Amino acid sequence: MSEGRARPLVAYTLRRLLGAVALLFVLSVVVFSLIYWAPGDIARNLLGNRQVTPESLAAVRRQYHLDQPFVVQYAGWLRAALHGDFGRSIRTGEPVGGLIRDRIGVTAAICGLAFVLSVVGGVAAGIACAVRRGSWLDRILVSGSVLGVSAPAFAVGLLLLYVFAVWLGWFPFYGTGDGLLDGLWHLALPALTLAIGLAAFVVKLTRAAVARELDADYVVFARSRGLGRGAVLRIVLRNAAVPIVTSLGLLLAYLFGGTVLVEVTFALPGAGALMQDAVEFKDFPVVQALTLAVGLIVTLSAVVVDVVYLLVDPRLRGRVSHR
Amino acid sequence: MSALLSVTGLSVLGPRGRLVEPVDLALDPGETVAIVGESGSGKSMTAKALTGLLPSGVRAAGTMLLGGRELDLAAGETGWRGIRGGGIALLLQDPFTSLSPVHRCGDQIGWGLTGSRRTRSARVATLLAEVGLPERVAGQYPFELSGGMRQRVALAAALAADPQVLIADEPTTALDVTTQKDVLDLIAGLQRSRDMGLILITHDLGVARSRADRILVMYAGRLVEQGSAAAVLDTPGHPYSARLLGCEPPLDRQLTRLASIAGSVPQPYDVGAACAFAPRCMLAVDACVAAAPPLVAIGPGHAAACVRTGEVLDDPVGPTVDGPRPEPVESPETGEVIGATGAVPLLRVADLTRRFHGTETPALDGVSLEVAQGESVAVVGESGSGKTTLARCVVGLEHPDSGSIELAGGADGRAQRVQIVFQDPYSALNPGLTIGTTLRETLRAAGRPAELVEGLLELVGLPAAYARRRPKALSGGERQRVAIARALAVEPDLLVLDESVSALDVSVQAQVLNLLRDLQQRLDLTLLFITHDLAVARQVSQRVYVMRAGRVVEHGPTDAVLARPQQDYTQRLLASVPSAHRTED
Ligand code: SF4
Repeated sequence: MSEGRARPLVAYTLRRLLGAVALLFVLSVVVFSLIYWAPGDIARNLLGNRQVTPESLAAVRRQYHLDQPFVVQYAGWLRAALHGDFGRSIRTGEPVGGLIRDRIGVTAAICGLAFVLSVVGGVAAGIACAVRRGSWLDRILVSGSVLGVSAPAFAVGLLLLYVFAVWLGWFPFYGTGDGLLDGLWHLALPALTLAIGLAAFVVKLTRAAVARELDADYVVFARSRGLGRGAVLRIVLRNAAVPIVTSLGLLLAYLFGGTVLVEVTFALPGAGALMQDAVEFKDFPVVQALTLAVGLIVTLSAVVVDVVYLLVDPRLRGRVSHR
Repeated sequence: MSALLSVTGLSVLGPRGRLVEPVDLALDPGETVAIVGESGSGKSMTAKALTGLLPSGVRAAGTMLLGGRELDLAAGETGWRGIRGGGIALLLQDPFTSLSPVHRCGDQIGWGLTGSRRTRSARVATLLAEVGLPERVAGQYPFELSGGMRQRVALAAALAADPQVLIADEPTTALDVTTQKDVLDLIAGLQRSRDMGLILITHDLGVARSRADRILVMYAGRLVEQGSAAAVLDTPGHPYSARLLGCEPPLDRQLTRLASIAGSVPQPYDVGAACAFAPRCMLAVDACVAAAPPLVAIGPGHAAACVRTGEVLDDPVGPTVDGPRPEPVESPETGEVIGATGAVPLLRVADLTRRFHGTETPALDGVSLEVAQGESVAVVGESGSGKTTLARCVVGLEHPDSGSIELAGGADGRAQRVQIVFQDPYSALNPGLTIGTTLRETLRAAGRPAELVEGLLELVGLPAAYARRRPKALSGGERQRVAIARALAVEPDLLVLDESVSALDVSVQAQVLNLLRDLQQRLDLTLLFITHDLAVARQVSQRVYVMRAGRVVEHGPTDAVLARPQQDYTQRLLASVPSAHRTED
């Protein structure tokens, strides 16, 4: 029986993965053609601030196969990219792959930390609000979350820096620290900065979802059967999980946008800061690689969200397996 | 004999005043008491107050004595804990929303059961068997079950803690008529085997008559009459009970005019010290508005709150107070006429099929139907019969997979020539626009002068001043009249009524049905009635089509089909309808 239930699930996941691959393919074409959209001569752009001589231009043209048709160029680029080779940074001349590998750790740590903080804090606060709708706690948290959603990340970052690093001196100003604990200590403020905006979003989302479920008939029915508060809340949360989980996927896109600002504000050597530099210097290979990486993560998380959605909502499961 | 449950002075207080005036209630083991009333009567509030489940902002007062335990109805959550479940359980109206959609049925029934996993699942299986469901249902989700099965699961869940009293709040209103009968039979059987007290909240006098030992009639938050089911329904002591009974459309004959009650139910807190029914009562005298009439005994166990009760009792035929008693009419055998004259039908539907993606059975499986100019045809069937899909195809909201829909005079302007009125008028009207604006826009779109708004309102029996109101300020019946006016604004040839009166209270339903019949005659309208209600079909149609699982199983003149059904299915449908009137046998 479980096999009968599992098979459509696997098929669905595979279908979604195929879709993701197709999407990434389109994205890669767009990303690859980035250099064609930029104003000016491609070869000159690719040279960056190296000396422009007829020889160097010719070398660049050869290196990037600029004399070949677009499809061939793209195929060559894609083949290399699939092997992790995105060429060399125009600015530093280092291989792009290594450059990103060095920087991605900090970003992943900030994002991961921020995600956990905002989801744990936001969901808990959202539930508390929904259960005590109209109470002072609810009103404070709701107005706080409006503030949190609208406050720009760099302002929040500066405020946190001033209060906790300058004034109270509890956290360091900058740097990434060594080892796990020290690292956490160093990344706490940046992660918190990023988490505040997210958490505000999660609070609103959770509050709305839980409040809607609390008003449902099945809650009245469960209470009429003598189930206690805790038991009823568990049933409600299981139902509210459906909309909450789906929306969490949206958070990821926001995370990657936010991390750029936070890394710049806290002067952290992360991938976000790298992205900012790369865009500023028209460092195409780096921009391409980073865009593709973000695209990959967002697409994959969308697949994960869809599959989790399927796991938490049996109705959807029924629909999928009937197809 | 001491009562199982006795409630004294139950009242409900809302933010704007009293919603239910003090009511006393007693229930013996194994007894069924029905609380009957239209919307706004306070019957559901009473049920919720008896389980401490009033919505926030609404409070109850009074005391309750259940199996020797006394409870203040105003008690907080802790006070109720011992009562709910094992003392009183509540079965809600809509089985589609009263179960959690993401939990398996077995888990839901088992919530609140104690003991090891093994004993609990054994208990769940026993409960499922008790409500007539196979054990496998425990592993299924509610969305995998039909409405009737879901209500059985809910019943098993409600019974899990072995309540002494079951309160069933419109337990079968959302179900098909044949399912309704099964579920009511099941509840009655369980009540007997468990010797449980049952409080049945219903708007359906037929259900009350066939199931209840005693009946309480509520109106505008007040108890207006109580007594044995036979006493209340055969010799009603309160004019409201009598008039309400008169509004029930009979199944066995067509009336020239249905009795109805003009006006609408007032808000309970607006009434003050008077009889709440006075503004609508034909018998009202000065004494009626001088003080709230007390409940006075008029027979053994029979009491009514009316100052003129004695006089009314002399004249037990309630509806006569509303003019002459409605006479049955011999409805013309229109079906024959069509066949004889060979008149070209206005609408001809042939071999319609429609299958929805991912469903096993087709919604329409070769449906043919004809409607002649000026005729009123009903399509009856239960949910899943395809009747709504048929209506949507006729109006053009849905496209059939195959088959044809022909409108006499060609398909030109079908969108305008065929209009539909839905069940829920509120969602069909734009809440932001006044009635006048809505009608004017429709008129303009049809190329007719905007000055016709007043005439349209008058046509559907609404004062011209309603043009300035918004849908929210209207009652359900008034909104449905507006929806009809809007449909008429474009001068359609054919009006499709998709369950247009099913959501209305019976007294209002009668008004709207009368209106539709008037309109049909005055405007030579052609009507296609889609309904689950055989009595409604009986009152409004000359011919009827009975649908089941996407097919027409029987059709012909309404008189003939409903009096002498040829098909088993039609017979079963008819047998399932509980009658509010005494059956003369
Ligand atoms: S008290 Fe008067 S108004 Fe009320 S029902 Fe009786 S006769 Fe009618």
